[in-house]
Amino acid sequence: MAKLKRLFNDPYQIVDEMIEGYAKAHKQYVHMDDSEEAQGRVLVSNEVGKKDKVGIVIGGGTGHEPMFLGYVGKNFADAVVMGNINTSPSPDPCYAAAKAVDTGKGVVFLYGNYAGDVMNFDMGAEEAEDEDDIVVKSVTVKDDVVSAPRDKREDRRGVAGDFIVFKAAGAAAAMGKGIDEVVRVAEKANEVTCSMGVAMSSSTIPAKGGTIFEMEDGDMEIGMGIHGEPGVRRGKIDTADNVVDEMMEPILKDLPFEKGDEVYVIVNSLGATPLMDLHVCFRRVAQILEEKGITVYKTLVGPFATSMDMAGMSITLTKLDDELKEMLDYPCDTPYFTQF
Amino acid sequence: MAETLSKEYFVKVIEDLIPWIEDRKEYFTDLDSAIGDADHGINLSIGFREVASHLDEWKNENVATLYKNVGKALLDKVGGSAGPLYGSFFMKFGVPVKKKGPDEGVTDDEFVAMMDKAISIIQKRGKSTTGEKTMNDTLMPALDALKAAHAAGDDIKTAMGKAVEAGKAGLESTRNMVATKGRAMRLGERAVGHLDPGAASTAEMLEIFYKDMPDA
Repeated sequence: MAKLKRLFNDPYQIVDEMIEGYAKAHKQYVHMDDSEEAQGRVLVSNEVGKKDKVGIVIGGGTGHEPMFLGYVGKNFADAVVMGNINTSPSPDPCYAAAKAVDTGKGVVFLYGNYAGDVMNFDMGAEEAEDEDDIVVKSVTVKDDVVSAPRDKREDRRGVAGDFIVFKAAGAAAAMGKGIDEVVRVAEKANEVTCSMGVAMSSSTIPAKGGTIFEMEDGDMEIGMGIHGEPGVRRGKIDTADNVVDEMMEPILKDLPFEKGDEVYVIVNSLGATPLMDLHVCFRRVAQILEEKGITVYKTLVGPFATSMDMAGMSITLTKLDDELKEMLDYPCDTPYFTQF
Repeated sequence: MAETLSKEYFVKVIEDLIPWIEDRKEYFTDLDSAIGDADHGINLSIGFREVASHLDEWKNENVATLYKNVGKALLDKVGGSAGPLYGSFFMKFGVPVKKKGPDEGVTDDEFVAMMDKAISIIQKRGKSTTGEKTMNDTLMPALDALKAAHAAGDDIKTAMGKAVEAGKAGLESTRNMVATKGRAMRLGERAVGHLDPGAASTAEMLEIFYKDMPDA
């Protein structure tokens, strides 16, 4: 087990100390929910209460920064609920977040499709409905194509595609759409978003004192999940072009993406892969799409959904129509994603 | 029927679970790295550290409230799947004896009813049953064995010993299962050969419930 090259104090306090630092660093955007139920695990946008709209709550385990907390702000998410590292939050903070953002128009919970998240967010939603008559609907993101075949999409996990689905839902809510419309837009974005990742090293967990899993130096794992869930193939690290080719094939086949489509592309760093390499990878993504007659509408390259210090990247494609373009282009302002 | 399990027994189980998880957290986390997301042991450790910090004040409550507090702490501090599952187990465990006083113990019948309540909620929360490579593969055979031995007239420690053995056999059966629930389900055949971390931790938890029982 390799030595940790991380900076922290008590490993059992790392999540709470991160949240404390984040709330202070980004106080122009967010504040802590100081209710007892929130347990210090909920950050609320300073925009909440300025207008009546459907509340957008995102969340999940920590260790994926800037996912999820980085996307709380104007016209994006209204609150984030944070669990321990790689672990969903518990029900009470989910409940607190719903209470914090509800303006009477209902609340949508959005998170990656993992069993623990489903159980905890559902229990939080039940509490909000039972105790405060808040209407809560949930959308679980399912973009990772290798985690289950498309005909078993209900079993797919959510990875960097979370960003797309949250962004679309956040825009729909900011535009004043009702809760059913917000859910419809989120599900539509969910349906047409496909991702896949590759990892070349394990992320590290401070309380474990080391890496999550063993990986030989020089190996890579194609299809690995964002928490280090095993992928489809382990082998020697190959050239960027070969790796991108291997990942693009299942992504393109999945929807499928076809000639004439317009796509939004995210080439996402899992934490330790530099922008240089990401752009080398995107170059190949763009070549492949051009060969297939698929138009790249917009591209994000950088760390959007990470796994701490994991070396690796993921590719996400979203097939666009006019409505999704409008949602994804809609202006927003958050600490880690701003567009005008 | 006489109360064979004292209030002290129920306190001792919690007291023994606290160092147990610290000793075993790496093992459970390593099992989880093979087929899941490598947090099972650490998360239980986070939960039981919270329990440890409150146990002295909770000890004075009756068994039901003590276990409810333990469950709520696990639910709140752990999150993930282990939080709701372990949390619900402890929260429901004391429900059959919730009317008892702070110093009262429980009868064998009541203990069986408590295990039934606690294990049944896990099936409900996880929407899962045996054969899916989850903690149910330990817990459900253990419960069946406990009920059968108790119905046949075994004293509670003998019956719980049989439950532990059935649970261990159930745990071992997860080694050759393809997972259909939890994070391991995405692995298909590649999960074969690995024990399920939740089945492993619950098997050891039941063993502590057994070992702390006084001999008949």
